Amino acid sequence: MARIGVKKTYKLFINGEFPRTESGRSYPVVGKGGVLLANACRGSRKDLRNAVQAARKAVAAWSGKTAYNRGQILYRIAEVCESRAGELAEELRRQGSSAADARKEIERVIDRWLYYAGWSDKYPQVFGSVNPVAGPYYNFTVPEPTGVAGIIAPEEPALLGLVSRIAPAIVGGNTVVAVTSESRPLAAITLGEVFETSDVPAGVVNLISGLKSELVPWLAAHMDVNAIDATGVTPDKLADVQKAAAENVKRYVHFDGDEIGWTDDRLSQSPYAIFEFQEMKTVWHPMGM
Amino acid sequence: MPPMTETVLAPAGRSLTPVSFRRSLNDALEMAHGVDAVAAEERASSLAKRSLKKDSKVWGLKLAVSMIDLTTLEGKDTRGKVWALCRKAVRPDPADPEVPHVAAVCIYPSMVAFVKEALGDSGVHVAAVATGFPSGQTFTEIKVEETRRTVAAGADEIDMVIDRGAFLSGDYQKVFDEIAEVKEACGPAHLKVILETGELANFDQVRKASLIAMYAGADFIKTSTGKVAVNATLPVTLVMLEAIRDFYHATGKKIGMKPAGGISNAKLALSYLVLLYETLGAEWMNPDMFRIGASTLLNDILMQLRKEKTGAYQSGDYFTID
Repeated sequence: MARIGVKKTYKLFINGEFPRTESGRSYPVVGKGGVLLANACRGSRKDLRNAVQAARKAVAAWSGKTAYNRGQILYRIAEVCESRAGELAEELRRQGSSAADARKEIERVIDRWLYYAGWSDKYPQVFGSVNPVAGPYYNFTVPEPTGVAGIIAPEEPALLGLVSRIAPAIVGGNTVVAVTSESRPLAAITLGEVFETSDVPAGVVNLISGLKSELVPWLAAHMDVNAIDATGVTPDKLADVQKAAAENVKRYVHFDGDEIGWTDDRLSQSPYAIFEFQEMKTVWHPMGM
Repeated sequence: MPPMTETVLAPAGRSLTPVSFRRSLNDALEMAHGVDAVAAEERASSLAKRSLKKDSKVWGLKLAVSMIDLTTLEGKDTRGKVWALCRKAVRPDPADPEVPHVAAVCIYPSMVAFVKEALGDSGVHVAAVATGFPSGQTFTEIKVEETRRTVAAGADEIDMVIDRGAFLSGDYQKVFDEIAEVKEACGPAHLKVILETGELANFDQVRKASLIAMYAGADFIKTSTGKVAVNATLPVTLVMLEAIRDFYHATGKKIGMKPAGGISNAKLALSYLVLLYETLGAEWMNPDMFRIGASTLLNDILMQLRKEKTGAYQSGDYFTID
């Protein structure tokens, strides 16, 4: 008798767990030729709220880890992505990428984790400074994480785009609530399983799938979110996001992947992507103490 | 202590015959039948699933604010901290005058005179814990004297603890007498009796302690001190509300209820209100008959209210830390 395979239920990733959306809704994810691939969770604003709560709780412990330790964890993510490369590539392929493109995207994903892992204990030297002042003080400036970052992933590349925005945020000690690609969420959701097995503490990364039109306004207006990365927001909606973000003076971040490209490492990865999620703190320390 | 008779008016429109009841331990023990624990837990959890939205949610949250006994009971309490708490009690959200003041500020006896002055004529009551709070392990004379002095200092309400050691070893007479004596010492002040349900082991004992407290003269019965591992829970509150209902049917006297400890978010507070409404009805849905002992709950409710007003989820960064 033929065996019936066990199909994966694509769920959300909140606080280190894989819950279904509290709304109970789903939406169809289709592949080439309109084939139904899966019913993904159609996340609600309450899922976002839960995710932000989890992310807020995780900030202190994550930002309090040593830079070296955060780097180790990002490196571990790269390792696990490598060992699950086949599965992730297969999901990209089912969503419409050619086998070669899928393989290439996964390679870039792995290398991107590695790249930002390396920066973990280096960006503070690059962006920090010792400032000359006219008084008996040591005056220095250090970058500090801004807190909870909301990230809206681009539609494409669904996985590389998401990773390229999450990695610089978390390596700098921020925690993340990310809205995945609406049309191609499968590999992005599987990425949650990678985090779950890579010593990433619960709540540091949270992934919500669903309709961007239902999620983005709530994330942008959430008073407990400190930065919003609008990379995956369509140009006509950017002004709305900026306006909502202004209410609590969120950091506004936007990477123009369509213009710059996602695959050229020299252009699409940079310590300045880490810098965008940092606040600069200046300290006056009296000399002789 | 000789049994005393307390006279109360029969509620209007009710055909309850008894208009007076004896302060009698025997009557209390007679009513103290066993409680079906599975059913109590099931009923509490099914009522807690009810969802309130929009206008009714805002109404419920504002009602909950008006029922809060805003509490600080720490060894490190200072006048500065208590003063700030009093300001918050009077005007919980400085940005929104529609949010009502809380019911009372609950503090240790040494702060009573100071709080009385800080609250002035705002309408917020002064509640103080007394009788060797939180353990109650001191001499009866000291408990009575502490109560007397706390009321003299200006407390409108006294939150006393029962002697759980005596209760658990079966010395109900001692528990009963102590409550009755403290009630006398309260004079005009309202008496809330804390059962410390987290130490009473099961629902049968909770019901028994509730009835003993009510028959001994309590104006309110209260779940917990907030100082032990298990504080207020929905099922325990249900058991106590049912004891209040049975006492009311037997005597015609309305006793208030105060769950305290562990009620830290708005959703949970609304669940308590649902439980209250479904058990005792609309006559208990006011700060004279129901209180919530809490400290962090208020901020969560304020955040919910502002979210309903502005449409954006809120952050603790924009509300005062108590």
